[in-house]
Amino acid sequence: MQVELVSPEAVLFSGECSQVVARTVDGDIAFLDNHAPFIGALDIGQTQLWANDGVVSLAINGGFVEVSGNSVTILSDGALASQDIDLEGAQSDLQAAEQALSVDADDDEAANAKKWAETRIQVSSAG
Amino acid sequence: MAGGQERILRRRIGSIDATKKITRAMELIAASRIVKAQGRVQAAKPYSEKVTDVITNLAGGGAGGDHPLLTAAEQVDRVCYVVIAADRGLCGGYNNNVLRAVERAIDADKSQGRDYALVLSGKKAAGYFSFRGYEIHASYEGFSDQPNYSDAKSMAESVAELFENGEVQQVQLAYTRFLSMGSQEVAVEQFMPLEPSEIGADASEDSDSGGYEFEPEPAEILGRLLPRYAEARLYAALLESSASEHAARQRAMKAATDNAEDLKINLTRIMNRARQDSITTEIMEIVSGAEAMSKDDDDELKDIIEQSLEGSFASLASDRNNA
Repeated sequence: MQVELVSPEAVLFSGECSQVVARTVDGDIAFLDNHAPFIGALDIGQTQLWANDGVVSLAINGGFVEVSGNSVTILSDGALASQDIDLEGAQSDLQAAEQALSVDADDDEAANAKKWAETRIQVSSAG
Repeated sequence: MAGGQERILRRRIGSIDATKKITRAMELIAASRIVKAQGRVQAAKPYSEKVTDVITNLAGGGAGGDHPLLTAAEQVDRVCYVVIAADRGLCGGYNNNVLRAVERAIDADKSQGRDYALVLSGKKAAGYFSFRGYEIHASYEGFSDQPNYSDAKSMAESVAELFENGEVQQVQLAYTRFLSMGSQEVAVEQFMPLEPSEIGADASEDSDSGGYEFEPEPAEILGRLLPRYAEARLYAALLESSASEHAARQRAMKAATDNAEDLKINLTRIMNRARQDSITTEIMEIVSGAEAMSKDDDDELKDIIEQSLEGSFASLASDRNNA
């Protein structure tokens, strides 16, 4: 199936894939060829694309996925490929977020920042 | 004395030449940036098209139009203007055109008893409105040359907050649309509430949903998507404005370079005339001096006079050739 990963500034990935795994706000979901039409909101998490030349791992900072007519479109205004991730930056972000959470456990912004930092670390170490 | 005037002219020509070099460099820089800016406008299109597609499909899936960004107020008391201008001048009428259009729109609103709120992008916009005593709600600068999505995002968030809090009931977006290299036009468009027809969200709710599965509910996805749509739209406006800014600057700098060239040619002509005048006067003085001397039969003095005459003629001749 045809997969496109589109950010507001550019088309980041466009190509043929055999499988796509993404994390929607309700949980992980996998798309194979000829999946039924689907629209979902993506949570902060890892997205994997099984492209012809190997698995591409991406950290997605929220977005949307639309599946129709054997093509998958992922829209995200914060997507990073594993090679583009600044691991040290992510680790220091993680520490800052954990510190903020230890002060105020209900701080949604810090919780999201923590999730985004963890995702980046996970994708970076997997890629 | 004529020699003094010549020196002044020479200095002026030198300074015009330096100015010309600067304007020429700015023209070339602007020209190369238009191409890049146009590329960014194109690169941003797939995202906003896809977002619009998804909204259309969501509406087909029964996502209601009761999201705050889609709800029009019954009465408009205050209008927010999002104004996109440049950080720098030297771009002809680019800034003034969009700023005047906004000022006219505010005046029209005032006559209907509506208040205004200003959200500005670009130093020139902030300068214009603060000088005229307008109240500025928020002002952004530093990215008119090359806007990023994150810039658009923070601007759109502050505007959406104003709108969703009910502080303003309508948001207008004023920017310069890039039609082609040779033509750009000022556009003042409604930004919020979003027009359901424009984003394809007016599909009747009982229409076929195309068999889409939704995760989570369509209304919730729409709620997350509409702010993204607003951001993408503002981002597109910022990009088009930046392409227009570079095109306007290129035109303005080309005109300035041409003017500098004309001025230089004119001044060179005047300077050469002044030079010739001063040489002619010099010759006259020597000749009349020689006349006076010829009564005394002093060979040594005659030689000196002849030599200096030759020198003057030679410099006059070379001057004619140059001119």
